[in-house]
Amino acid sequence: MNKLSLFGLLRLVISRDLMLAMRRRADVLTTLIFFVMVVSLFPLGVGPELGMLRKMAPGVVWVAALLASMLSLGRMFSADYLDGTLEQMLLAPQSLSVLVLGKILAHWMLSGLPLVLMAPVLGLQFDMSVQSLWVLIASLLLGTPVLSMIGAVGAALTLGLRGGGVLVSLLVLPLCIPVLIFGTGAVEAAASGMSVASHLSLLGALLVLALVFTPWVTAQALRISME
Amino acid sequence: MAINWFKYSAPSTFYGLAGKLVPWFAWPSAILFVIGLYIGFFVAPTDAVQGEAYRIIFIHVPASIMSMFLYLIMAAYAALGLIFNTRLSSMMASALAPTGALFAFISLWTGALWGKPMWGAWWVWDARLTSELILLFLYFGFIALHASIDDPRRADRASALLAILGSVNVPIIYFSVKWWNTLHQGSTVKFTGTSMHVAMQQAMFITLVACWMYAIAMTLARVRSIILERERNTQWVAELPEVRS
Amino acid sequence: MNWGEFFAMKGYGFYVWGSYGVALLIFVIEIALVRHKRIITLQQLRLLRDAEKEE
Repeated sequence: MNKLSLFGLLRLVISRDLMLAMRRRADVLTTLIFFVMVVSLFPLGVGPELGMLRKMAPGVVWVAALLASMLSLGRMFSADYLDGTLEQMLLAPQSLSVLVLGKILAHWMLSGLPLVLMAPVLGLQFDMSVQSLWVLIASLLLGTPVLSMIGAVGAALTLGLRGGGVLVSLLVLPLCIPVLIFGTGAVEAAASGMSVASHLSLLGALLVLALVFTPWVTAQALRISME
Repeated sequence: MAINWFKYSAPSTFYGLAGKLVPWFAWPSAILFVIGLYIGFFVAPTDAVQGEAYRIIFIHVPASIMSMFLYLIMAAYAALGLIFNTRLSSMMASALAPTGALFAFISLWTGALWGKPMWGAWWVWDARLTSELILLFLYFGFIALHASIDDPRRADRASALLAILGSVNVPIIYFSVKWWNTLHQGSTVKFTGTSMHVAMQQAMFITLVACWMYAIAMTLARVRSIILERERNTQWVAELPEVRS
Repeated sequence: MNWGEFFAMKGYGFYVWGSYGVALLIFVIEIALVRHKRIITLQQLRLLRDAEKEE
């Protein structure tokens, strides 16, 4: 057990979380269906005029993705917390940050990745051009992991609290604003024929920054919550 | 002269000190408000472009500055409490939060009332106003997290982590909002008068100092109640004259 | 300059006094809340002490 390399450990945590999630597929699907519903409701709310929809599309898809990723945050640690696994993880000789990173990546694969794959279909509802769709996918691919990482800190801080679900959104949503801005900015730039490199590279910078710091911060938050 | 600062980091001594200091900040604050607003309303001339409406600046700008500084100070106190495990710093952090949030609200309110006559809309998505709104959300997050954890130690530590995370994020948020604003060519709140009159600067500076003193007085007064609440089972609290009577 | 003119603020009275009025209101409310909290805290401490005495 002690001879596990970091990557081996990471793979172990991820495959465990994925396996557990596969036993409760409904949870993953609920998030995805929520995402599809929210995006589909917008045209009903604002009217079917294609020109306006095309303009709104990046913002709508991104905000919906943001809300959908909030939904599943509560599940990130709660099951492990309730059955005592989390306590074992805290006591384990392996680095808690790596374990947490594994859980974050698994969470992204279950809640972020499906959104990324679904987004182009929803983009078609809004009459987005093919080029915009590609940029939308790229921006979501870079941005949704950041949402999972920032969300992990919020989930760890609110672990086991009453009304944790709403509270975690309250804590995390303001911190996600830069991701939202650069994500939608990229798609809008693509739609108006400008270069998307700067938006995407800023998103990438956020991703790297979050990748470096949030696993450690989440680990600290878990320690605070589990004391 | 060496002052023993650690003596005052004990809640029992700080309680008394804070009680003595409150009036020394509260009254000067009130007097400075009167002086500052007198200069602002009777000495400072009418702005050439904005007319009389610019006089909102004497509360709007100090409130904005205060809300930002108080968040940073709150995060610093919270970090001290988290790292050195000093109870008093965590209490100070939770005493600062409501005052900071109220200043953020005042800043937004006065910004809206200034925006209406100047740009014809109550709310313009200007970079600074938007950042101020997000700052208010960050305050809400801190207060809500602190309030929903029953164990005071966990509440302090968890909200400290959130405050630090928030203060690291503030520059990123500000930059991104500014960028978003320039991309969409939104309106920018600018003081149109190229050079501010000396009396305007003086009035603004004095009201800023008054706001500082007000914030300090409020925080000290609030932290006294928090100290009593947290230390209710100790001997020194039981022996306080205001508790014994 | 008379007071009526002063309060009219050349048509901007509503905005200027609306700003200062609400700011003052918030200050007053905050002061009242802090005082109220102190009174409540002291009351609770006395109740706590009396309960302990009775035991």
